[in-house]
Amino acid sequence: MHSFSITLQYIFTGIAVGSIYAMVALGFNIIYNCTGIINFAQGEFVMLGGMFMITLTTTWKLPSLVAFPIAVALVVLVGVGFERIAIHPLKSPSVLVLIMITIAGSILIKGVAMFAWGKEPCYLPHFSSETPINFLGATILPQNLWILGCLAAVVIVLAWFFNRTLVGKAMRACAHNRDAARLVGINVKQMVTLSFALSAAIGAVAGIVITPIILMDYQRGAMLALKGFGAAILGGLGSGPGAVVAGLLIGVLESLGAGYISSHYKDAIALVVLLGVLFIRPAGLLGSAEIQRLKKF
Amino acid sequence: MKRILAAAAIMCLLVSGIAFAQAVAPEPIKIGAVFAVTGPASKLGEPERNTVKMIEAEVNAAGGIKGRPIEIIVEDDGGVEANTVNAVKKLITNDKVIAIVGPTTSGASLAVKPIAEENSVPLVSCAAAEKIVNPVAKWVFKTPQKDSDAAIRIFENMKSKGISKIAIITSSDGFGSTGREQLKKHSPALGIEIVADETYAPADTDMTAQLTKIKASEAQAVINWSVVPGQVIVAKNMRQLGMTIPLYQSHGFGNPKNIQACGEAGEGIIFPAGRLLIVDELGADSKQKAVLAKYKADYQAKYPNDQVSTFGGHAYDALWLVLNAIKAVGPDKAKIRDYIENTKGFVGTGGIFNFSAEDHCGLDKSAFEMQTVKGGKFVALSSVKEEVKAKK
Amino acid sequence: MKKHVPLALFVVIVMGLPVLLKNPYYIGALVFVGIYSLITISLSLVLGYAGQISLGHAAFYGIGAYTSGLLTTRWHVSPWFALACSMVITGILAYAIGKPVLKLRGHYLAMATLGLGEIVYIFFNSAVDLTAGPSGFGQIPRLAIGGLVFKDDIRFYYLVWFTVAVLLALVLNIINSRIGRALRSIHGSETAANAMGVNTASYKIQIFVFSAVISAVAGGYYAHFVTFISPTTFDANTSILLVTMVIVGGMSNVWGAVLGAALLGTLPEYLRRFGDYDILVYGAIMMVIMMFAPGGLVSLAGLVKQKFVGNLSREPAA
Repeated sequence: MHSFSITLQYIFTGIAVGSIYAMVALGFNIIYNCTGIINFAQGEFVMLGGMFMITLTTTWKLPSLVAFPIAVALVVLVGVGFERIAIHPLKSPSVLVLIMITIAGSILIKGVAMFAWGKEPCYLPHFSSETPINFLGATILPQNLWILGCLAAVVIVLAWFFNRTLVGKAMRACAHNRDAARLVGINVKQMVTLSFALSAAIGAVAGIVITPIILMDYQRGAMLALKGFGAAILGGLGSGPGAVVAGLLIGVLESLGAGYISSHYKDAIALVVLLGVLFIRPAGLLGSAEIQRLKKF
Repeated sequence: MKRILAAAAIMCLLVSGIAFAQAVAPEPIKIGAVFAVTGPASKLGEPERNTVKMIEAEVNAAGGIKGRPIEIIVEDDGGVEANTVNAVKKLITNDKVIAIVGPTTSGASLAVKPIAEENSVPLVSCAAAEKIVNPVAKWVFKTPQKDSDAAIRIFENMKSKGISKIAIITSSDGFGSTGREQLKKHSPALGIEIVADETYAPADTDMTAQLTKIKASEAQAVINWSVVPGQVIVAKNMRQLGMTIPLYQSHGFGNPKNIQACGEAGEGIIFPAGRLLIVDELGADSKQKAVLAKYKADYQAKYPNDQVSTFGGHAYDALWLVLNAIKAVGPDKAKIRDYIENTKGFVGTGGIFNFSAEDHCGLDKSAFEMQTVKGGKFVALSSVKEEVKAKK
Repeated sequence: MKKHVPLALFVVIVMGLPVLLKNPYYIGALVFVGIYSLITISLSLVLGYAGQISLGHAAFYGIGAYTSGLLTTRWHVSPWFALACSMVITGILAYAIGKPVLKLRGHYLAMATLGLGEIVYIFFNSAVDLTAGPSGFGQIPRLAIGGLVFKDDIRFYYLVWFTVAVLLALVLNIINSRIGRALRSIHGSETAANAMGVNTASYKIQIFVFSAVISAVAGGYYAHFVTFISPTTFDANTSILLVTMVIVGGMSNVWGAVLGAALLGTLPEYLRRFGDYDILVYGAIMMVIMMFAPGGLVSLAGLVKQKFVGNLSREPAA
């Protein structure tokens, strides 16, 4: 292999992996913006997306195009249900308590998934062919293109939603200042529910597109959540573009680290870079230190 | 009021009846089991738990051992070593078991090794690491085949094909790292050179970076040592990169679900494993055939949604070793230990066990059969070779 | 004198429990609770008093265990000296890490500490020649004083809980001292504290290093009690579990840290009867506590006290 092709291959791999981190990070951001909390159950939304898709397509034999929206809808239902049961009824909870509740939620969702789908990894066929596409000596799977496509679609829809629709603008208002938003007549609690729905949907999409490549089992969400959290922080909490850039960056760093330095320490390399960035820019790459100061936690 | 009185009277009768029945029924022989039924290793712990529960029902349906039923108390350690320590102490001091089967993982087995020793309770581990029985501990045994034998069988096969330069890729968990250790240890003696040594985290989603590096090296074959999902992803990533060199897997590959998950990328993978997966192919002369066929049939009848795997087989062997000992010498801890240590020619699912004071594993490299994936099924590598010869 | 009553009561309970329980299994489980308590008590200072979240304390716990374990097995250093070494090494590392990290706030601090914990965990896994890698190593010698070896669970129980009592006495003193007041001012508003002339950075790092060193002691105890260690014991899940213990127990009070460790440390044992469903019950219990007692278990105790003691004290007046 030519050394240029090798580098290109590392970058392709990194982008493919990183686009998943980016999607998970986007999910974190939406809930963070509305509530100020990190939802530790975000990884479970990803896992559920993949699992529902598997059941719908293999057990129920639904065509993928039909199963896809149903799977997303089911995860949204779980996300909204979780928010309604465990978070909505609380009066002025602290950020740490909310985070603990999401940790408990993730344990519960994981437990139910274990009984529903068993402990072995489940498998989903690729959306289109499995024949790799060759590009300047490096290869990429059609499924990787699906992942990138989904990331692009999610980004476009979110940009449209937050900039062009009234509800989206209301959610942004909550993110900037909850009290002011309440004063102008926005139902902040409804916005919180909506943020859970939205980030559950994004998680589900991510879960569905990666399952053919990574297989899915009930405890798969934890690692994806951890990486996504890293991406959200690196990009600057609350920043959409930050999440995408940082997700891809972490993916590429891991891949280059594994290729050129040591696969034993590849995750550590990405983390060292993350820490380095935080020491220089304590609010992440694209985060604002000013906004950060206004947040409770 | 009358009705309540009547109900109370019936209840009293029932309770005394049960108490009476209990007084008459012989006390069960208690055997402990610790498996990772939840947590990261739960896909191993689940079939192990299912297997011992199945045997318990079978033995009790047949009247127990010398008229006494057996009771298997299964504890879940969730793969957390502190929980395993607590679970084993509970079994020994609260439940007063006379022997323990498990734990599932190597780390947990090593953590409870001193407890079994101090309390003089026989423990038959279902985990792979050689450290469990080397150095030999008086009360600790294990049933899975040795990692070193798996490595040696792979290397022997490579040599027969003229492969001398290889790449290894292993997961950074207990299973992968002991494999990596054994591969590195035994390669020089067999004239194999490791030209690339890569690892990945057990939950990683993509190994193309590591494999690209291997592709650029002069390796003639790749050995992957891990359990799911890593072993499936490696196979698929190799196909994506257009790598044509042979892929060898560890004995962790022995699960039929892997074939389905790998799809086309699975064809031609070579790995050593016990003969459970190829039981239908075994000739009538195989000593293991009857045991394997019975285990497979029983398991699939009892758990139709689960496929029989070699992991459950380790628990099957471990429990039967203990049960055979109890049948022969009665429920006495020290006698059970002595009996297991002197067991020779025990036909289990993992192989034919010959224990001794120096060897508490009891299996040698003949316990492994080199296997491959052909036409979406596991087949013995030797049968594939014969076909090729016949065609020529 | 009155402020010593809870501590004295605690010592009596701890001394008395083994007499009541006798069973080595329960005693063994309580040893782990003691080990967790050491960490949660010191962590509650960082989290509850100084208001700084750390999702990386399993790293200090692990560094303590590995340093002590390696020194005793590889270089045959005496266990007590090894334990002291592990405290010093962890303290130095915590200082070096804490200096830049504690400048971060909120979720950024959480991620940074989580990341550092992961880096240490990866090191345990990957530096195979030093740490024996993911498969871990055993035959770590037990602690001993003269001829008294802390061999069985009961002896170790007294050792651990004696340490916990000493730590509690120390921490209760810290809380009521100048440092305690300074820490609480940081929790309230760091900017205001700074403006009042409190050197917040210095106090934060002091308390962070203190809790890291205590975690190292806990790690050393774990290593010498179980006599086997592997990286999984010190992963991110453990870090999260430790913080959960503090919050579930109630982070406004050091006693909450002990309660949290006692509840979540023994819960897996109570839940054995539920078989596979233990994970569901565990999650449900945690969620219910956080939803209905956001102040943690100690806040429940506070409610009870208000109801009963409050009424009692009012009665004479009426």
